Parts: sequence; C-alpha cells; structure tokens
Amino acid sequence: MTLLQVEQLKKVYPDGTVGLKGISFELEAGEFVAVIGPSGAGKSTLLRCLNRMVESSSGTITLQGNTITKVKAKQLRAVRRKMGMIFQGYNLVARSTVLTNVLHGRLGYMNSLKGALGLFNKQDTELAKALLNKVGLSEQMYKRADELSGGQQQRVGIARALAQRPALILADEPIASLDPAASQTVMQTLYEACKADGIACLCNLHQVEVAKKFATRIIGIRAGEKVFDGAPEQLTDEMISYIYEGAKHEEAVGRKETA
Amino acid sequence: MGKLKLYFSACLVVFVLCLLQLQFDYSKLWSGLFKLGNTISLMLPPDASQWQYVLSAAIESVQVAIIGTVLAIVCSFFLSFLAASNITPHPALSWAIRGICSLLRSIPTLIWVLIFIVAVGLGPLPGVLAIMIGAIGSLIKVFAQSIEEVDEGVIEALRATGSSWLGIVIQGVLPCALTALLAWCVMRFEGDLAESTILGTVGAGGIGYELSHAMRGYRYDQALFVGIVIFVMVFSVELVANRLKLKMAKRL
Repeated sequence: MTLLQVEQLKKVYPDGTVGLKGISFELEAGEFVAVIGPSGAGKSTLLRCLNRMVESSSGTITLQGNTITKVKAKQLRAVRRKMGMIFQGYNLVARSTVLTNVLHGRLGYMNSLKGALGLFNKQDTELAKALLNKVGLSEQMYKRADELSGGQQQRVGIARALAQRPALILADEPIASLDPAASQTVMQTLYEACKADGIACLCNLHQVEVAKKFATRIIGIRAGEKVFDGAPEQLTDEMISYIYEGAKHEEAVGRKETA
Repeated sequence: MGKLKLYFSACLVVFVLCLLQLQFDYSKLWSGLFKLGNTISLMLPPDASQWQYVLSAAIESVQVAIIGTVLAIVCSFFLSFLAASNITPHPALSWAIRGICSLLRSIPTLIWVLIFIVAVGLGPLPGVLAIMIGAIGSLIKVFAQSIEEVDEGVIEALRATGSSWLGIVIQGVLPCALTALLAWCVMRFEGDLAESTILGTVGAGGIGYELSHAMRGYRYDQALFVGIVIFVMVFSVELVANRLKLKMAKRL
C-alpha cells in the first residue's frame, strides 16, 4: 500500500512568495528518498507541509489512506506522531538530559497532563534507552543534551524521532551543520534505523553525493517544482546542473565547499 | 546633522520654558541648606531605644514583600505562558493579558495601596495586595519576554512530535527559560522589598509606619535609626540576590 500520496501541493505565503507550485509524488513504505535542490527551492516548505507545521494553500496529502490536509487538533496530533522529524539545528531541549529528549518523542501518545509532567511509563523509558543504545549513545544518557557534540546531538534527534514509532521520518538537512565524519555517522545511523524498522524517510539534502550514496530514490526540486524523480543512477550531471541552474553564484560555491 | 540641531534647540526651549513657568524662589535653596544642616544635627546620634518596635516592623515589611512577591510569581508564571506571543494559544488572549498588565503597571504601587486600604482596611493586607498587583504587572511582561526568547526550533520540534500545548510548554519551553525566570523573580523581590518599606507611610503596616511616626513626632534621631535599619535590610537582600544571580549565570 502507498504510504504517502501528495497531489498538487501548493504553498503561497501571505506576502505572495510562492513556496511550492503544485508538487505531486508517492512514497512507498520503507523507501529512503533524498530531496535535493538549491536553498529556497522549497525543500523545507515541502517537509513542513507534510506534517502540517506549515499549512499548504491547496492540494491533498494522504497518509496511509487517510486525507490529512484538513484534520484538526487531536487527529492532527495523531498524524504528527506518525511522522518523526529531524532538524538541521537538532532542536533538542539543551538543559534536559539526553534520555528526556528521546522521551519527548512519546509526548504525542500521552495525555496532556501526564506529558507535561513528564510521567513517562516504564515501556517508554525502556524504548528510549534501547533507541539510545541503537544510535550508540547509551553512555551519554544522563548528560545534558548541550554537553554533546553536534553529531551526537543529531543522533539524539534521530532517537527522538524513532521514539515516536513513526511510519515516516522527515529529515530537514540533517547533516548541513556537521563535519564530514559526523555527517557520515549520522546518515548511516538514520539509514540503518529506517531500514531495520521499515520506516520510510524523506530527507532534504544539500550534498548530491550523499544523496546518491544513501537514497533509493531522488526527487529534485527547483523553484517550487519537481523537476526530477527517479533512481540515483538516473540522476545525470546534466540533470544536476539543471536542478541547481539559476541558483545564485554564492549558492554554487557553497555547494562545492560542503560537497 | 541639521535635524539633530533642531531637536536639540527644541528640547532646550522646552526646558527653559518649564524653568521660567515654575518660578522657583532660589533664595530658598540657600536657606534650605542651613535648615537641612540643622535637621541632620537633630538626627545625630541615632536613637535606637525603640528597637523592638522598629525590628518587628522591619520583619513585617519583609513578610509583606515575600508574600506579595510569591503570590505575584505564581499568578504571573501561569499567565505569562498565555501572554508570550510565540506559544500563546490565541493572539487575542496574549493582547488582552498584555493590555491588562500595562494598566496595572501604569498605576503606582502607592496608589494601589490607598485603593486597597479603602477596600480591606489598614494593616499589612493592603500592602501585600498592592505589592502583588504591581509585581504581576511587571513580572508577566518580563516573563513573557524571556519565554519569547526561547529557541523557535525547540518549540517546532516538540510540536512535530504531536505533543499537546501543555507538553510543549512544560517539557520544552520551561527548561529553556527557567534560569531567566528565576533571575527576574530575585530582581522583583529586591524591588518589592524596597517598596514594602515605603507602604507603611500611608498605613499599610511595616517599617514605613515607624518612619513616618518618628518624623511626625519630630524625633529625627529615631527616624535615622529606622533609616539605617531599612538600608541594612535592602542592602543585605541585594547582596544575597547578587550572589544568587551569579550562581544562576554560572549554571547557564
């Protein structure tokens, strides 16, 4: 069964800026899809429209057969917990412990008061500890999140997303702030975790090489439009330069440096 | 540059006009200087004979400040999360709370205490209420400011987990803002203690009453003793508060 179906997704911001110009694609369970494109092409907007952190202007999103474009409140919370999210800036609660940060992935399943007071049950705590073991951070469990290095913090971010027991992970430039070695570990961790549990992943990436290495499929976005959708082998150099064509000069230089 | 000159000359004109309009009698400044010297000589040496009354009144002032500040902290804590623009459940609610706070702040504590004396009579209770109302007005404002400085990414991350509003606030926002909020509480207590010493002068209990009592009876030596006690009280609280703030800054 198709996990996620996106049809004619459009986003126009209140100031008139067009973020997405009608994007359609489907995602099967267990796929690891890299979304590439220059900054400002609409990659972040696309991911945030999917879990409704940003409201799309038109189009439909169907998750596991249910249209989620218009769901509200309680149902929206249920939709969001099926989609784990990973951020460029990790977005951990710096003063809380690593374990607590992972447990935050369970908040979507808890009632308001229990969640607020942090009354996580035993299974949740066991799950969080197991996930920390999986991402190789069980030693750091009781440290404050901001005592960890960038790469470690992003692995905590991955564990938090996995704690949601998601069907899909949305990763927004997960390695853009990391050095090459840490990038490698983070991508490997993410890839293996998704593969092991059959979780689909939609991963925004800046680095084409990384996308080619891990993705089972690549989607290229340019100025809010999907211009490529296919296997990594099909992504030719001509296509890459077409995707990034028209992007600002600094952008092109920046890409070479991070690649 | 031309504009700056224009503003400056306008300010100067206003200042001179005010000075002329108020028609000070400058000879009084001179004679006042001698009177002041005379008064100071009446103050010395300070008379501590009434120390039991002064000290118990001082303790009452501290108690009024503590109760007023703590009640204000509790109220402000809950309301500030509704007032902070980044996590308020509804912008209208945020505006309403902020509006009410501005209103509370625009009325000085001394006026509040007069209002409450009319309502609940003399004694420490109107003092507590006045301190509380004044502190709520300013604490909600500064609490909300600190909450608004919390990293937007953290809020986004917790929202993306499907967490409820309360979960986002207590698990995500609070740990990030906590030290800032505590620092504001300490600072507010310093200010409230200073204010609670004055409130007694209009009949709301505490050491201020002792001060106005001594002054009205022309017992300037007793008044000086009360002044010294107030100084020691406020100063020692400031010392402790500065220590606390340093410790908090280290934990950052």
